[in-house]
Amino acid sequence: MKPANEMELAEAIRAANGPLRIVGGGTRAIGRMPAGEVLETAGFSGISLYEPGALTIVAGAGTPLADIEAELAKGGQRLSFEVPDMRGLLGRSGASTIGGVVACNASGPRRIQAGACRDSLIGVRFVDGAGAVIKNGGRVMKNVTGYDLVKLMAGAQGTLGVLTEVSFKVLPRPEVEATLIRDGLDPAAAVVAMSKALGSPFEVTGAGYIGGQVRLRIEGMAGSVAYRQTALAKLLGPGWGLAEAGQSADLWAEIRDVAPFVGKPGAVWRISVKPSDMPGLLALLGDTQTFCDWGGGLIWALVPEEGDAMAGVLRAYLNALGGHATLVRASEAMLAEVPVFHPEPAAVAALTAGLRAKFDPRGVLNHGLME
Amino acid sequence: MEMPKVDAAIVARKPAIVAALQGVLPHDAVIFDEAAVRVYECDALTAYRCPPLAAVLPRTTAEVAAVLRICSQMGVPVVPRGSGTSLAGGALPTADCVVLGVARLNDVLETDYDNRFIRVQSGRTNLSVTGAVESDGFFYAPDPSSQLACAIAGNIAMNSGGAHCLKYGVTTNNLLGVTLVLMDGTVLEIGGAHLDAPGLDLLGVICGSEGQLGVVTEATLRILPKPEGARPVLMGFDSNEVAGECVSDIIRAGILPVAIEFMDRPCIEATEAFAKAGYPMCEALLIVEVEGSAAEIDEQLALIMEIAQRHNPVELRQSQSDEESKKIWLGRKSAFGAMGQINDYMCLDGTIPVSSLPYVLRRIGEMSREYGLDVANVFHAGDGNMHPLILFDANKPGDLELCEAFGADILKLCVEVGGCLTGEHGVGIEKRDLMKVQFAPEDMEAQLWVKDVFDPKWLLNPAKVFPLDVTASRRAG
Repeated sequence: MKPANEMELAEAIRAANGPLRIVGGGTRAIGRMPAGEVLETAGFSGISLYEPGALTIVAGAGTPLADIEAELAKGGQRLSFEVPDMRGLLGRSGASTIGGVVACNASGPRRIQAGACRDSLIGVRFVDGAGAVIKNGGRVMKNVTGYDLVKLMAGAQGTLGVLTEVSFKVLPRPEVEATLIRDGLDPAAAVVAMSKALGSPFEVTGAGYIGGQVRLRIEGMAGSVAYRQTALAKLLGPGWGLAEAGQSADLWAEIRDVAPFVGKPGAVWRISVKPSDMPGLLALLGDTQTFCDWGGGLIWALVPEEGDAMAGVLRAYLNALGGHATLVRASEAMLAEVPVFHPEPAAVAALTAGLRAKFDPRGVLNHGLME
Repeated sequence: MEMPKVDAAIVARKPAIVAALQGVLPHDAVIFDEAAVRVYECDALTAYRCPPLAAVLPRTTAEVAAVLRICSQMGVPVVPRGSGTSLAGGALPTADCVVLGVARLNDVLETDYDNRFIRVQSGRTNLSVTGAVESDGFFYAPDPSSQLACAIAGNIAMNSGGAHCLKYGVTTNNLLGVTLVLMDGTVLEIGGAHLDAPGLDLLGVICGSEGQLGVVTEATLRILPKPEGARPVLMGFDSNEVAGECVSDIIRAGILPVAIEFMDRPCIEATEAFAKAGYPMCEALLIVEVEGSAAEIDEQLALIMEIAQRHNPVELRQSQSDEESKKIWLGRKSAFGAMGQINDYMCLDGTIPVSSLPYVLRRIGEMSREYGLDVANVFHAGDGNMHPLILFDANKPGDLELCEAFGADILKLCVEVGGCLTGEHGVGIEKRDLMKVQFAPEDMEAQLWVKDVFDPKWLLNPAKVFPLDVTASRRAG
């Protein structure tokens, strides 16, 4: 099914007598593949409003991400949350849609400084599981009118409604970027360096740790970046090198798109903790291949497809510590056994279930995807 | 403003309710004397007052849970209250409710500079959160103008903003986690020091839910390293249109100032008479502030000055010292006080797309003449959040009603041009009956579902946010 407008979409959902599988570009599908007839959002395509002077863009949920990025680039702007390209990791082809980005709350390295996708999202239109057309938020960046269902829809994986339109606050595209690099640091030293940089006034927009190398990114006007890279290097002490322009961009694409794990067999975990817990977690993961983003707060791990792929030990550790782990990629057999999303405490799970029952009373929208 | 009918059966049970609350709280934490509860009869929307049945001041999450459990069991509505600075009537009681004040929950629980967060009890004031970390070079970014008094609990309830959100975002962008007590007494931890809690973004919907989903007792907040410096530039223009174009050009040039404040002529005149900040007498005044090291500030301001010059400013003054910066901000910061000297005023809070600024200001001017009430505009121009101040005389019969009608027309205009009713103050009771202007029945129904799930008996702050006729079938009594 490929409805062309909200009325057709609402009608299709109302008429559904079984589950529906909602598909944007199909480029970041994680978890168990939900059963049901495919419902494509490609009909909701196109940018309906772009006001560079108001830092605002509004587009249909099925609009290709590439179209949005190209249009914003013309205005010297961009989506600030640095959308990861998951196609390599997940072995997918096709064109990512902006609705899919929202449904996954897909956020890259700049999340620590500019916020996640959900922080840039300022408005949504969607059709719920009963076929009602609902809007929330709008096209202005300061809006506290009624409850913030915009946030609720971001990261809901299409389980509360099918997005038809999304609005964003966008930010200026910086003139230049540069990355400070230092090799040969152990996890404890790496987190100290990253915390020091992120605790400085020099506005670090990326802090990663990969193969013993710490990377710290600075972006902005040319004079400002030159000043801050010098000031930051001085703060951190000797031993730091510099990557500029395209070379810097490549370093961040590698982290953002989980490039080290592309084409390698194994289960892939995405783990979120507070940065200072990173060294302990890496110790727990032992010989597992890992790398870190978000100043150490985001850990990617490639685990052998054996047993429960460390789910039990990992999640027990995180439950005691505070944090969560998502099984981003695994074999069908593993996915059948191990919950993809970190199980919630009972009281939180009850609220989540209650919300799903309200927004999708018949359980037709990507049913079971987040369980 | 209509409030729900008082439930006489609840009022009649006051002694039993008070006794039950005294059973779980220290005696000084339960206030029920008729004179003493008057302290809680209103918030900063002082036109509306109603003493509650009782007020409680718990000191711990466990005490909050015990209070809510009792009220839930006895079917008593609860109105949560931070510091009572809501301009929207968010903490206005009803005669049959218990006010739950978080003022005694004011400790800092944990400060963590390595991971850049602070965990506080929710009654702590906004400014004192920054106060707890600023000597170490950090700050908490959202800065509502009531920040000296307002509580984090209220900031979370209203998703408060401030003058600096163009760069730093509002409360929801700086909130990492909460301890939330549901109406039935269940205590939940949502989010925490790590980023992006898994599952549905409950934290996102709790923030800005105006105390209707649960009572937040603790919050984990993101703290940021203080910038090296900041400097404003003042510019005056001979029309609102030109000022609006200048704002748009600055943003399009790729600069992200930390604040862009706008004042119109009536506001400039009133402020100048009051604060004597040395503002030029012109149609529109902008204060644009940028941050960074001295060299970075120079780089940004050079570009901003060049853009401003293209718009033929009647005044263009770059601050050269801390003293001058203070003076530039002095007028803006005393704008509300200045208006208060002239008359009573009502402060609105709609947001509009920045591009419709000239049209909206022209229409407000026309309406001002039609209603015969003066209005001055202060405005966070970077993000479109307007604060029209309508002057009226509270002692003149009918003037408040006239002012409210004028205010409603301005907010309808905000929605009409693609904006919204409230950018940072919240709906409360003030904008409750205008919600139908912005939302279709289905849009509102979806919001009510969220409350149905968190507070199935509709006992938490039940008469707020949504029009009473919309919620009548759900509310108790």
